[in-house]
Amino acid sequence: MAEATAGYKVIGTRPLRPDGADKVTGRAVYGGDVRMTGMLHGKILRSPHAHARIKSIDTSRAEALPGVKAVMTAQDLPEPEDRMAAAGEVAVNLKYLACNVMARDKVLYKGHAVAAVAATSIHIAEEAMGLIEVEYEVLPPVMDVLEAMQDDAPILHDDLKMMEFGQQTDKHGNIANHFQFKLGEPAEGFKEADVIIERELNTATVHQGYIEPHNATVLWNEDGHVNIWTSTQGQFVVQKQTSEVLGIPVSDVTVTPCEIGGGFGGKIPVYLEPVAAILSKKSGKPVKLIMSRIEEFDATGPTPGSNMWIKIGAKNDGKVVAAEAVLKFEAGAYPGSPVTAAAMCIFAPYAFPNMQVDGYDVVLNKPKTAAYRAPGATNAAYAAETLMDELAERLGMDPLELRQINGTKEGERQVTGVAFPRIGYMETVHAALEHEHYATPLTGPNRGRGVASGFWFNVGFQSSVVINVNSDGTVNLIEGSTDIGGTRASIAMQAAEALEIPYEDVKPRVVNTDSIGYTDVTGGSRTTFATGYAAHDAALDVIAQMKGRCAGRWNSEEAPVTADDVDYSGGTFINKKNAEQTMSFKEVAGTLARTGGPLTGSATVQPRGVGGAFATHVVDVEVDPDTGKVQILRYTATQDVGTAIHPSYVEGQIQGGAVQGIGWALNEEFIYNDDGNMVNASFLDYRMPTSLDLPMIDTVLIEVPNPGHPYGVRGVGEVPIVPPPAALANAIYRAIGKRMTNLPMSPSAILNKINNGD
Amino acid sequence: MHAFDYVAAQTVQEAVSLLAEKGDAARVLAGGTDLIVQVREGRRSPDLIIDVKHIPDTNVLSYSPQSGLTLGAAVPCHRIYGDATIAAAYPGLVDAFSLVGGMQIQGRGTVGGNLCNSSPAADTIPALIAHSAVAVIAGPSGTREVAVEDFCTGPGRNVLQNGELLVSLKIPAPATGFGACYLRFIPRNEMDIAVVGTGSSVVLSADGSTIISALVALGAVGPTPITVDTSALAGQPANEVTINTAAEASIAAASPISDMRGTVEQRRHLSGVLTRRTLQKAIARAQGEA
Amino acid sequence: MSQKQMVTTTINGEETTFICEPRQSLLEVLREDLGLTGTKEGCSNGNCGACSVILDGVLVDSCLVLAVETAGRTVGTIEGVAGPAALHPLQQKFLEHAALQCGICTPGLIISAKALLEKNPHPTEHEARLWLAGNLCRCTGYDKIIRAVLDAAETMGASA
Repeated sequence: MAEATAGYKVIGTRPLRPDGADKVTGRAVYGGDVRMTGMLHGKILRSPHAHARIKSIDTSRAEALPGVKAVMTAQDLPEPEDRMAAAGEVAVNLKYLACNVMARDKVLYKGHAVAAVAATSIHIAEEAMGLIEVEYEVLPPVMDVLEAMQDDAPILHDDLKMMEFGQQTDKHGNIANHFQFKLGEPAEGFKEADVIIERELNTATVHQGYIEPHNATVLWNEDGHVNIWTSTQGQFVVQKQTSEVLGIPVSDVTVTPCEIGGGFGGKIPVYLEPVAAILSKKSGKPVKLIMSRIEEFDATGPTPGSNMWIKIGAKNDGKVVAAEAVLKFEAGAYPGSPVTAAAMCIFAPYAFPNMQVDGYDVVLNKPKTAAYRAPGATNAAYAAETLMDELAERLGMDPLELRQINGTKEGERQVTGVAFPRIGYMETVHAALEHEHYATPLTGPNRGRGVASGFWFNVGFQSSVVINVNSDGTVNLIEGSTDIGGTRASIAMQAAEALEIPYEDVKPRVVNTDSIGYTDVTGGSRTTFATGYAAHDAALDVIAQMKGRCAGRWNSEEAPVTADDVDYSGGTFINKKNAEQTMSFKEVAGTLARTGGPLTGSATVQPRGVGGAFATHVVDVEVDPDTGKVQILRYTATQDVGTAIHPSYVEGQIQGGAVQGIGWALNEEFIYNDDGNMVNASFLDYRMPTSLDLPMIDTVLIEVPNPGHPYGVRGVGEVPIVPPPAALANAIYRAIGKRMTNLPMSPSAILNKINNGD
Repeated sequence: MHAFDYVAAQTVQEAVSLLAEKGDAARVLAGGTDLIVQVREGRRSPDLIIDVKHIPDTNVLSYSPQSGLTLGAAVPCHRIYGDATIAAAYPGLVDAFSLVGGMQIQGRGTVGGNLCNSSPAADTIPALIAHSAVAVIAGPSGTREVAVEDFCTGPGRNVLQNGELLVSLKIPAPATGFGACYLRFIPRNEMDIAVVGTGSSVVLSADGSTIISALVALGAVGPTPITVDTSALAGQPANEVTINTAAEASIAAASPISDMRGTVEQRRHLSGVLTRRTLQKAIARAQGEA
Repeated sequence: MSQKQMVTTTINGEETTFICEPRQSLLEVLREDLGLTGTKEGCSNGNCGACSVILDGVLVDSCLVLAVETAGRTVGTIEGVAGPAALHPLQQKFLEHAALQCGICTPGLIISAKALLEKNPHPTEHEARLWLAGNLCRCTGYDKIIRAVLDAAETMGASA
């Protein structure tokens, strides 16, 4: 096993994850594996039209099919109020949420749910789908963000009026929001520039591509309590959103998180739970709903396609004097694209003196977008990092050197005006510059090397942890963070470090909404940070209480001892006033009944000291000039990881995120026909990288501890997806001599550029 | 999924009479890697699925240098290239058979099924055409043979009449001086449907310098696989000039459409590129290089 | 209504009999009727490998096999990989190398890798990547998976 990081006993080692045996043997229970007595299987009927009014729904023939036990439509849900509901990482509008779960008057994308059935077998449920008659008035769809912004575009919502610069306007259309971030005076700044570059870039809709489809099993019990088993990134979000859509108190809903087969942000919104709940209520049985892969593409939230205009001006010495961008993002059928996050991240690696970013959130007839790993930032970096590359070339400068000249540091202001705390951007650039990869010349025809940087702000939010001490000196760590990527281990390691006991003695358990205090989603790169923070604090609570127990044991009239007189180090409690009085952690644990009874430590956190994450990636490619196909020869990702609690899982986050970025860059996109139907809704033609498409992904973990966390943790999971598309675009440029300004940079696009483009 | 009955036919006659009786309501099941997906997605709704994997005739896999290769229609791809002798004798076929999906697909998918599915983008068909393969078909009126290059009649359509079953494929023994190669273009490195596929073969003179005959077949650039007219190559030197002539002929013969997998321009261009590359390799193989 | 069929097959070395409709895939019967939920469903059209099993010694996608086709055959699933008291070297190496994050692709990958090593006990990195191309993983980027497989090959080769 690896050595611990200097100054630590557990942190930095690479122990086996506690849920490991279950996961490699197939024993672990994912949402789709849940079985209950009398369980029915549900299917959702979905709109074949991208935009239509629902004239009528007749479910009578489906209800009459033997084996069908319940049918539901939006009429079975309460009329949703037009107000905000807290829901994960961002607040959501309840009306939009409820209508997305089940369409009320209009369908706004192909795949929009219109009805559902529960039957004794999945096959009968599928047959029942064909017996539900829905009358639609088909409307023209709008499928492109620029078209959706036109005055004559088909309008999705009768009541959507644009917010502009924080004020509600009267402009009725598809633009939900227009905001602007500004620092300094870009117009003035550009006047000082020796070189100005501007470009327009576009990205296509892409999906998180988690291998496990959405699922939910719900029992609406006879006592009125709703029990939900689901694969989710946040059981408390499911609880809240489901209760809101159903119009019942939150306390009537218990959500048990099953193991989850990938999320990346896509398993935060609720799609199935309210539907299964109504079907369960009507049938009196538990109901399970699982999405098919086609439904995943048609009806769950992808990340937005976007149109971006960007302009950067610099002096000949490389100092950028002004930068401007206009980001137009597709929100999907309901408002709420991550365009704001994109605007926060686009210039974040740089201390530009004058910056302005305008963002537009635009609805159109595609599924409502959901978070996808650093949502918005990858689109933004594609634009900014391409231009920085072009700028470096224009100035005759190494692209990493240009970033050193402009790179941001602690104290510099972002476009939002907020100053950075201690961060590690410059360290990532330095690491890339010094890396053997960068020092190795890339030779051969049709080859190129590209670099790009990226940023993600990470979040803190709320977590709760309880630690129960067992009589044998082990502890049960009760937490509410679903474990998507090894966080049971990273949280247990932090508890073990704080308790000064072996990692193996900490038994983490992920529990349901009844059994632990409120805990926000596993997402936003917050879990190791915030839940680890709570575990650390809960551990300190345990130690403090144990000191009290020791004091109680040692206290006497002749020699009084209070908890303040007790020290704890390396697993041993010692009476500072009498060094012969010691007890080990295990001994204290073994005598709890004699010293006051069971011992439970707890903590709740809402940490403010979130550390943002920076990354710089280097990639070598070879492009086949006859086919446009890109082969990745070598990939190196450097990142400031704060403190790497479990380095293997930190490396894994970097590698996994980088590969998602590679897929986004080279092949992934939603392809729509003129009717607004996605034509490549399967893993055959929605092409995610396979093991044969990639080399090893080398990672460099730079540790610039985050002062806002007891162990220096920074979120690491999201920023790795941000640089790859730009890094690849820059590498492809050096291979073929032309800039790709649209994602994906598929072989046909590259071939077209080689043969026809500029 | 549509409800169907299942029967495992034990003989060719049994399969033929069931097919004749049921007509379009029955489908043959070999590897299932196309059929099961089609039924699940509602593109086909058979009432009866006839499993032909238990019929001895469809499981034949035999080769001799004199009589060539007999490939039962239900033999899965992995069995074919798993046979060292056959793999060594037909590298140009192994090229194609080892590309049909990933390892899991090759564990089940059959060449016979790939041919009968008759997708314009099928990987095995251009390679079979380049090897002058012949389809052996059994039907109510007896057995007949059809050259594979004549087998497909349109996207998903072929010459099989009501009641007919593809029993096996016959591939001639490679002549002296024969070399073949199949390549396809896909956006990833595996798991994709061919954007363009090309199967080429040559028969060279004894000294390897001249092309006696050549076959070039293109996939995914027309409603059926296209056999390019390569008569102009006969007697030509086996060099780059001749190869380029063949590439031009392929570009002219291709009649692709634009769809989500490729554009017309891209497919035409790739027809030339892959013709060039497969002929280069076929010639190298004919000349004795690996 | 189609005729249900009684099927007797051998799963992980145990003779097993079940009744199913012809339209039920092996994947569905394993998960729904036999309680063997270790084999996962990701796409239902043979493009992700999460449902990989071994059928008569051959690696296949169980979503593309009808359950009725397994009569008289042998099926190997993830539940049969570990020994009675110990994990298979592949499983152990996956854990040591952190070759899983969410774990949903892991059963399919271990089945595929097991089939690979039975056929080719000393694969190169390229051979391993080619063989495993039919198993999608969205979390790891494959780096640690390949390392785990190659390490397991060494371990198994050393003790052979």
